[in-house]
Amino acid sequence: MTQGKVTFKPSDEVDFVIVGSGASGGVLAKELSTNGFRVVVLEQGPYLTPADFSHDEIKVWVEHQLTNNPAVQPQTFRKTPQDKAQRQYAVMYGRCVGGSSVHFTANYWRFHEIDFVEHSKVGNIPGAALADWPITYADLEPYYTKVEWDIGVSGLAGASPFDPPRSKPYPMPPLPVKGNGVIFERAARKLGYHPFPAPMAILSQPRAGRSACVNCGFCLGFGCEVGAKSSSLAAAIPVAEATSRCEIRPNSYVHKVEVDKNGRATGVLYFDAKKNTHLQKAKAVILAANGAETPRLLLLSSSPQFPNGLANSSGFVGKHLMPNSGAMAYGVFEEPVNDYKGFCVSRIMHDFYELDHQKLGFYGGGGVDARFDMTPAAFAMGGLPPDTPKWGKDFKKALHHNFTRTVEIFCHGTSLAVADNGFSLDPDVKDAWGLPALRMTYKDHPNDLKMMEWMSARAMELLDAAGATTKWAQPIQEQQFAVHLLGTCRMGKDPKTSVINADHRTHDVSNLFLCDGSSLVTSGRGQPTMTIMALAFRAADRITDLAKRGEIS
Amino acid sequence: MNSSQATRRQFLLRSAGAAGIAWANAQWPSILAAAQHAHESAKSTAKPHFEVLTPEQARNVEAIAAQIIPSDDLPGAREAGVVFFIDRALKTFASDMVAVYEKGLVEVNQLTTQKFPTAKTFADATPEQQESIMTDLAEHLNPPAGGSRRRRQAGSGDFVQTIWQHTIFGFLADPEAGGNRDYAGWKAIDRDPAHSFSPPFGFYDKDYPGWQAASLETEKK
Repeated sequence: MTQGKVTFKPSDEVDFVIVGSGASGGVLAKELSTNGFRVVVLEQGPYLTPADFSHDEIKVWVEHQLTNNPAVQPQTFRKTPQDKAQRQYAVMYGRCVGGSSVHFTANYWRFHEIDFVEHSKVGNIPGAALADWPITYADLEPYYTKVEWDIGVSGLAGASPFDPPRSKPYPMPPLPVKGNGVIFERAARKLGYHPFPAPMAILSQPRAGRSACVNCGFCLGFGCEVGAKSSSLAAAIPVAEATSRCEIRPNSYVHKVEVDKNGRATGVLYFDAKKNTHLQKAKAVILAANGAETPRLLLLSSSPQFPNGLANSSGFVGKHLMPNSGAMAYGVFEEPVNDYKGFCVSRIMHDFYELDHQKLGFYGGGGVDARFDMTPAAFAMGGLPPDTPKWGKDFKKALHHNFTRTVEIFCHGTSLAVADNGFSLDPDVKDAWGLPALRMTYKDHPNDLKMMEWMSARAMELLDAAGATTKWAQPIQEQQFAVHLLGTCRMGKDPKTSVINADHRTHDVSNLFLCDGSSLVTSGRGQPTMTIMALAFRAADRITDLAKRGEIS
Repeated sequence: MNSSQATRRQFLLRSAGAAGIAWANAQWPSILAAAQHAHESAKSTAKPHFEVLTPEQARNVEAIAAQIIPSDDLPGAREAGVVFFIDRALKTFASDMVAVYEKGLVEVNQLTTQKFPTAKTFADATPEQQESIMTDLAEHLNPPAGGSRRRRQAGSGDFVQTIWQHTIFGFLADPEAGGNRDYAGWKAIDRDPAHSFSPPFGFYDKDYPGWQAASLETEKK
């Protein structure tokens, strides 16, 4: 680590302690330290740098180098609150400095106007808890722009007729087109759709001391060795540290928010790497630990004063999990596409962003992209047509032919908020620190499954139009595994039906703020990270204003 | 630039083509970093002797792996050194699978002798006999129920499933993981062993005219 970085003692009462260093925590750290505040960021995972990143699928997929390890952090899963949860690997999130932004695919679409006002537009949907956001697209627009320019997003403004209004073009041209992009663009145009260059949080040109993408092909699941992927680690944390007002403290696993007798947060308790407990004192606490760990931490922080968990007077902490729905179809093409080169996605379309729910019989919408996000071993285990032999010369022949010729159409879509879906503490299973394990309860709203069936059929039509020689769709199943952790401490005006207000301040504890995927009220159409970062930029502005006016106490 | 850097540069430019060279020059520091990585990782870390498997177990593991990915005009599991990868795996990330291998190999050998009494172990059986046994074993190779493609965990406890996954990892994971010797596996799937590329990447993007907004004609179609 570089010399001259600031360190604080746990007993130093800093201005803010931020729990989590991912898409939101990293941005909050950058903004608040830049604004003059003293900040400590506690990250449960290690502080890895590009030199630690590799293309080793064992490290990434088996040893969980960048993500939570279910061996020491077990999870349980059940479909409904009536079921007994069983141990299952149900949630994957980034567990290193930079969080999930280190290993993500980097699709950076903005949410559209509709995502913020769905309830007003659509009304109630049986079985779902649809609500409007307390902010609109217009409130967030400047911060989307900030993400694009400060963090680094490549794209082409005005290329999609469905795009919401924007105040500035992208700072960089789109990444080069891939074979999958050309195939997708031609097929989509043939069917009358409007494909466009994918906005990606990957640098197409060198910027701010970071390299442009070198097209290595190891994006999803892997850390970027040249800093081209616009993770918090590459784009925000270094700026925060350069202020000399921000300490990133890795291997620090927070397990309780401390509250005094007046109901004010005084700091957080965490385990260091040796499992010794410390109290980091702070004037205000910000949880940016992700949509699973933020609610878990609030529930772990229950006390006689807050028997249902901290900031949970609404009972909404951990509820309404929206993991986004997905449908995948695959095609094999005659000539080598070589989609293992480059990044994952170069063309997308938003023609299905707002579907006609009266006509189709389901609510929601989605985005569609063409991609290849399977690294070689992962491809051999899951990328061949389902009827391919799994061993022997025909298996090998298929690998040889298909690896360079396979294209995936990925449909991303809405998840409706359902009250019973979410995270709670498992009553029996404990993690390696003796804390109650994360329990996930989830059953897709029937609406989401219907929409995915519809999207899957469209993906197959696209593959047909593209001239795929072989094509197949992954069957639509109820989801039991989540990586998009959204909605579990939703934002709202009414303290009875939300956990935080539009300033990200919890309704119940005046100096406790939450900002991550848990803040979202609706799920958008499948790509949430850009919105999480935009919210963090906005939250930093709001929190700075409050602090400067002396209104955080 | 020293000579080893120059070699790495050639190694990278080989795949870049004429149009890529200007681009590659502009990106040089990053490419060098990626090349350094590729160079390091090409040195497989598996040792050429066994630390967990007995010689007889190793012979059978190798024979099963070679049935999963046979050798032909392109390298197979044998050429990629999959058995060394598996031995190392059983010492490292899959150390909890040693018993699964021990028991599994005994069972496979029993099945072999049952079907073909002249063969003492799977490795002793003829290629045709091995294929026949593999056909029986492959019934275990169903995708895990409710599986997500993002969930790629080894460790179901089923020997056939486990050795299948380990064989694939040992064949195709980056050599840094201890298998895929000299990128033998990547050769077999037609993947260029470079770790950075420049467009065009393949057949379909090579004549792409550049992005244009949909014309009215396209709109009317």
